[in-house]
Amino acid sequence: MAIISSTRHTSSLRKHLPRYLIHIFFIVLCSMWLFPILLVISASLSDETQIFTKGFSIIPRGFTTESYKYLFNQPEIIIRSYGVTSLVAVVGTASSVFMMALLGYTLSRSRFILRRQFSVYVLITMLFSGGLVPSYLLMTKYLHLNNTVLSLILPFLFSGYLTLILRTYFAGLPEEIFESARLDGAGEPRIFFTFVIPLSVPVLATVGLFMFLAYWNDFFLALLYITNRDLYPLQFLLNQIMTNSKFAKEAAMAGISTNTNVIPLETLRMAMAVVATGPAALVFLLTNRYLISGITLGAFK
Amino acid sequence: MIHLTDQPIRKVKTTPITDNGQAASGTVRLWRNLKSNISLIFMGLPAILWLFIFAYLPMVGIIIAFKRFRAVDGLFGSQWIGFENFRFMFLAGDMLRAVKNTLIMNFLFIFVGLAVSLFLALLLYEIREDGITKFYPTIMLFPIFLSWVIISSIVYAFLGQDIGFVNSFLVKIGLEPIKWYMEPKYWRAILLIVSLWQGAGYGMVLYYSGMLGINPEMFEAAKVDGANWLQKVFYITIPLVSPLIIINLILAVGGMFRSNFLLFYAVPKNSSMLLPATDVIDTFVYRATIQGILGQGAAAGLLQSVVGLVLVLLANWIVRKIDSEKALS
Repeated sequence: MAIISSTRHTSSLRKHLPRYLIHIFFIVLCSMWLFPILLVISASLSDETQIFTKGFSIIPRGFTTESYKYLFNQPEIIIRSYGVTSLVAVVGTASSVFMMALLGYTLSRSRFILRRQFSVYVLITMLFSGGLVPSYLLMTKYLHLNNTVLSLILPFLFSGYLTLILRTYFAGLPEEIFESARLDGAGEPRIFFTFVIPLSVPVLATVGLFMFLAYWNDFFLALLYITNRDLYPLQFLLNQIMTNSKFAKEAAMAGISTNTNVIPLETLRMAMAVVATGPAALVFLLTNRYLISGITLGAFK
Repeated sequence: MIHLTDQPIRKVKTTPITDNGQAASGTVRLWRNLKSNISLIFMGLPAILWLFIFAYLPMVGIIIAFKRFRAVDGLFGSQWIGFENFRFMFLAGDMLRAVKNTLIMNFLFIFVGLAVSLFLALLLYEIREDGITKFYPTIMLFPIFLSWVIISSIVYAFLGQDIGFVNSFLVKIGLEPIKWYMEPKYWRAILLIVSLWQGAGYGMVLYYSGMLGINPEMFEAAKVDGANWLQKVFYITIPLVSPLIIINLILAVGGMFRSNFLLFYAVPKNSSMLLPATDVIDTFVYRATIQGILGQGAAAGLLQSVVGLVLVLLANWIVRKIDSEKALS
C-alpha cells in the first residue's frame, strides 16, 4: 500500500501501475505453479517420522536422503523401467513420426490421384472409432500382443490430427523446390528425403516432441496389456508404488531382509515421483520452444 | 528461453502444384506421373495399413455391443441380444452416473478453462513489450511435461491423510483434518483445479499467440476514440480471436462424452470411494473391460463414438449457419 500511494505523485509511474500489477499477478501465479513441484522435492528429502507428526512442508523436515537410498537399494527395478520406457519412447516416436510424415506427404501432393481417397480414409478414423473393447480384444485375443513391448508402442503409432498438421506444413513449402527437383528427374521418395525432410525440421520436431511425451508419460497401455513386472514402464512403476503399499515395500526391499515397517514409504513415493520427473524436466528445458510452436500450429490438443 | 513474439501463427496455404514439365514430351510425362503416383501409394502404405488394423478392424468389433460375448464362442459365434447391453449398462451398471459426471466435468473444464486461459492471455498481451514476458508462459507450461501419475503424486503430497500439506495446515489453524481420498464431494473442485494447473498455460499461450496476430493499429484507433481497456477487449481482441475460440469449442463439444482417462483414474488414485464424483465414461469402459463385462464396455464405447460424431457434426453445422468462415470445413 505504501508503495502504491507514494507512486501517485509521479505521473509516469501511475501510467504504468496496471503493468506492475499484472507483473505482480504473474509472479504470484508462477509461484503457485512452482510450489507443488518444490513441495514434492522437499517431501522426498524429509524424515518420515517427522512427516507423520507435522506433515509435508516446503522446507524439508529433518533433511535426509534416506528415501533415495531405499529407492536405489535395488536399482535394477528402476533402471529396467527406465530402459523399457526409453526404448518405447524412442522407437515409438521415431517410427510414428516417420510413418505420419510419409502419409502426410502423399496427402500434400495435389497431383496424387488417390489424395482424396486417402484423406477420407484418415478423416473417418478421426470422427469415429470402435472404442476400447474391440481394440483390447484385437490386441490380446487376436494379435496376442499382451506382455510385449509392441503393445506399448503400436496402439499410439498414428494420429490423424498430427498427420493433418504435417500435411498442411508440407503443402506450404515453396513450389520451386518441387519443380527443380522434378526437372532433375528426382522421384517422389528422393524429393521427400532430400528436400522435404530437411525443410520441415520445425514441424517434425514439434510432432516428435508430442509423440515423445505421449509415449514417455503414458501408463494406460501398460495398465491394459502389461502384467509382467520386467516390462513395467516408468510411469506404471510409479503408479504401482503410489497405489500399492505392498508393492512399494517389496520394490524398496527386494533382496534385503529387514523389518519392512521401517521403510519410509511416504517419502519414498515422493522420491520416486522426483526420479520419474527428471527426464521430463530436461526435455522441457531443451524443447519448450517447439512446444510453443506446436501450440501455435494447433498440435497440442 | 522461448521466443513467443518471433512466432506468429503460420498462415499456410494449399496452393495447387502446377505441372510445369513443358520440357518433357507427353508420353514421358505420363510415365513420370504414373511412377510418382505408385511411389506415393507405397509411401502412404504403412500408415494406411496401420489404420486398417488398428482403426478399421476394431470398428467391426462394435457388434460385441449387441452380443452376449463369450470368449469360447468368439466374436461372430456369440449370441445376438439386441440392445440388452445398453439396457443393463444403464439399469444395473453405473453408466448413468458416469454420463452425468462426464458431462458436468467437461462443462467445467471447457468453460472455466476457456475463461481462465483467455483472461491470462489478455493480461500477458498487455505486458507483451516487457522483456520478462517469456518467462511466465515457460513456467506455466511446465506441467504439460509431467505425466498424470506424477501429477497424482503431487496431489497426494497436498491431500495425503496424515502427511498432506493441506491437512497439516488445517490442523495448525485448529480445524479437523479431512479424509480427502474418501470424500467424493470435494473432487469436482479438486479435479478442476488440477486440470487448470496442468492446462491453463497451454490455453494461455494458444490465445496469446492468436492475439499477437492482431494489427496493433486497431488498438491505436480505439485509443483515439477513447475506448477503455474493457471496451478494447470486448470489441477488438475477443472478436478477432473468436475463430480460435470457436474451433476449440467445436473440438471440445465433439469430445463431450470423452474424458482424459489418466486424470480421472490416476489423480484420485483409483479410490473406489470417490467413484460417485470421479467415475466417467472412460473409467467405466476401462473397468468393464478388465472385469470382462465386454458387452457393456463395448456398448458404452459405441455410445461415446456415436454421440461424439453427432455432436461434432452438429456443432460444425451450427457454426457454419452463423458464420461459414469459422466452421472447420
